[in-house]
Amino acid sequence: MMDVGRHPNVELLTFSEVESVTGFVGNFSVTVRKKARYVDPKECNACGDCADVCPQAVPDEYQQGFSSRKAIYLPFPQAVPSSYVLDMKNCLGNNPIACGKCADACEKKCINYDDQDELINIEVGVIIAATGMDVYDPTAYDEYGYTRFENVITSMEFERLICAGGPTGGHFIRPSDQQQPQSIGFIQCVGSRSKDGRGNPYCSNICCMNTVKDTLLLCDHYPGVETKVFYMDIRAFGKGFEDLYVRSREEGVKYIRGIPGEVMENPENQNLFLTVENTTTGKIEKHELDLLVLSQGVIPRQDGDAIKKLLTLSTTSDGFIMESHPKLKPVDAPTKGVFIAGCLESPKDVKDSVTQASAAAARASILLNAGKTKIEAITSKIVPEKCNFCGLCSRVCPYNAILASDKKTRKLPVVISAACAGCGACAAECPQDAVAMNHFTDDQIMAQVEAILARDPYKQLVTFACNWCSYAGGDMAGTSRLQYPTSSRLIRTMCSGRVDEKFVLHAFKLGAPMVLVSGCHFADCHYINAVHWTQKRMDKLWNKIEKLGIRVDRLQLEWISAAEGQKFARVMRTLEEKVKQVSVEEIEHTMKVLREEEEKKEKKG
Amino acid sequence: MAVNVAKAEGLRIGVFVCECGLNIQGTIDCAAVSEYAKTLPDVVAVVQNKYTCADPGQNEIKKAIGEYKLNRVVVASCTPKIHEPTFRECVADAGLNPYLFEMVNIREHVSWVHQSEKDAATEKAKDLVRSGVARARFLEPQIEAVVPVTKAALVIGGGVAGIQAALDLADGGHKVYLVEKEATIGGIMAALDKTYPTMDCSI
Repeated sequence: MMDVGRHPNVELLTFSEVESVTGFVGNFSVTVRKKARYVDPKECNACGDCADVCPQAVPDEYQQGFSSRKAIYLPFPQAVPSSYVLDMKNCLGNNPIACGKCADACEKKCINYDDQDELINIEVGVIIAATGMDVYDPTAYDEYGYTRFENVITSMEFERLICAGGPTGGHFIRPSDQQQPQSIGFIQCVGSRSKDGRGNPYCSNICCMNTVKDTLLLCDHYPGVETKVFYMDIRAFGKGFEDLYVRSREEGVKYIRGIPGEVMENPENQNLFLTVENTTTGKIEKHELDLLVLSQGVIPRQDGDAIKKLLTLSTTSDGFIMESHPKLKPVDAPTKGVFIAGCLESPKDVKDSVTQASAAAARASILLNAGKTKIEAITSKIVPEKCNFCGLCSRVCPYNAILASDKKTRKLPVVISAACAGCGACAAECPQDAVAMNHFTDDQIMAQVEAILARDPYKQLVTFACNWCSYAGGDMAGTSRLQYPTSSRLIRTMCSGRVDEKFVLHAFKLGAPMVLVSGCHFADCHYINAVHWTQKRMDKLWNKIEKLGIRVDRLQLEWISAAEGQKFARVMRTLEEKVKQVSVEEIEHTMKVLREEEEKKEKKG
Repeated sequence: MAVNVAKAEGLRIGVFVCECGLNIQGTIDCAAVSEYAKTLPDVVAVVQNKYTCADPGQNEIKKAIGEYKLNRVVVASCTPKIHEPTFRECVADAGLNPYLFEMVNIREHVSWVHQSEKDAATEKAKDLVRSGVARARFLEPQIEAVVPVTKAALVIGGGVAGIQAALDLADGGHKVYLVEKEATIGGIMAALDKTYPTMDCSI
């Protein structure tokens, strides 16, 4: 912490938030709001005279509310920068007539009640997002009595109570009587691996080892104290972890496999009782404890939406930020030039956070050291003469890479090529064909559709496959030598979001019995959320063909990942059966309907 | 909607059919596919190779580009996931824009998955080559633009990850802006007493 504070290359902007990010890889313009701190951090020498005279005491967040701080305070002794900050919400008023004691007490005169937020602009080439996590609030698990019983605490509260820098100076006491507890229990997985909706379904990764660590601290500080851990599995998978776990057991900590159903309190001495089914012995056990620690899980940052929007990040189903590729690009964000590190990506411990941070820094250094970067050639472009300024392309773009048009001033939309990743959703959505997709143009794809249906069209399963998942799923079927019928004819697009309605209708018009559109599963989409547009467009298209009297079953949508060779082969087998069921009469009727539809349109147009 | 007739005058397409040893040739009649490719519009050269990706195969492509003045190249072989970069570089070496190259997958998507249906697999390969050539007729050169990178980094979040990332970049000589929402850096880590597995102090 100190190193970063005094590093000549680091400009530290604390009490600050990123307000806007524009631009693209290598060329980001960022606005940062430096919030009013009311204390000049350059002048403040953290003498503490201000806090001594401040009459306002509020619970100290850093100490989990176990002690109080003043309205003007140093967050904790080792804070960087080592400067006080004035919490204006709790200050008696920035009108010095109301109080003003701190300003009077400050010899260096570094307190300014009229301090204002300041907006600063910075230009950067790369961005690393490391916005962290929040901890799970165990209130929902009312059976553990966290809000009802004083001696039920969370693992974060435990940290402060055992810490020499904590509210008790490291004397581990329980809240109800300030006495040292003789028997301490830990309940694991509070808010993690939960299927009942009160917690999260995922494993929070760090809580097992954190509890093992806590038990060892107790053994070390208070030999003879009875410690019990109630768990479902102990996941001690990392380097050196199993050793710690074994040490904890050897020190006498009792590990009981079973999660207690309910915690009760003895109202006389505030001791806690719990009943648990020990699943190792199959017996119901009762335990009396002086103190109970809830090993709370990790959750995504609750205020993370703003940063997600600013950097066009997306999340996996657990709410953590999605990486560009889970194995091969684990610290790259889908937006080029943006990297991720730490718990915003998934729950992780200090070592993994540091590892990931160094990886992100190394990945970012590649761009910084090179001083230049090649940008994707497969990008979209606006066809000015066709645009009617509707603005749809800008709204569709998952990367905010298209500056919006303006109908009133007839301002054309502008594609920022460097920010465009090339999914083609804009080109597929534009009703005017006013967006062209380089290297995956309408002409190119329509030519493929026609070529495929130039021979035996009534037998061909026209298949659109996205480059990253479905096409690769087909490759996986191949490398696994999974055999399937020969009817499929693949047309590759970068993203299923590129598949224009007219490609599908054209295929039907030329006699295709069936069309398959395939793409990545929602969570795997390589273009943030472009695949959502595939889904929406397909829904619309199903409606449309139904109205035209075409059986909706003849247009299929499948999500097939790169690893799902088996699924790819299975889909091909299933659809082959469906292809066989489409009669020549049905196909020819469809062709006639679509030809007539086209003629109608041409007359109108 | 009718497809426009290829705009470019003088399209000269070369098709290269790869046997991939027996990986493709074992199922598909590559000679028949090659013969068929010759009948496709604007195709002026067809070459059949044992391994198109190997140096002799690549040299055939380069030679044909010069000899037949090819301005589009179609390779029917394996998945573009493996050798699209190889062939793009190959055609670029011979002076063609790498985006004037098109790949047709007749291995993963045909020969390996229809091993017992040789005739139907050969017909499918022909259809896919026809599709590839049709696409190639509309290919246009693309430029991968180069943009400068501002030599500074923004790190958002001053917890342990943000601190480490900022320090690494700064130690590497780069200017770093570290933005932290709270009044101090440290994040959750600073609220911990000791950290596993070393059991040392968190701050």
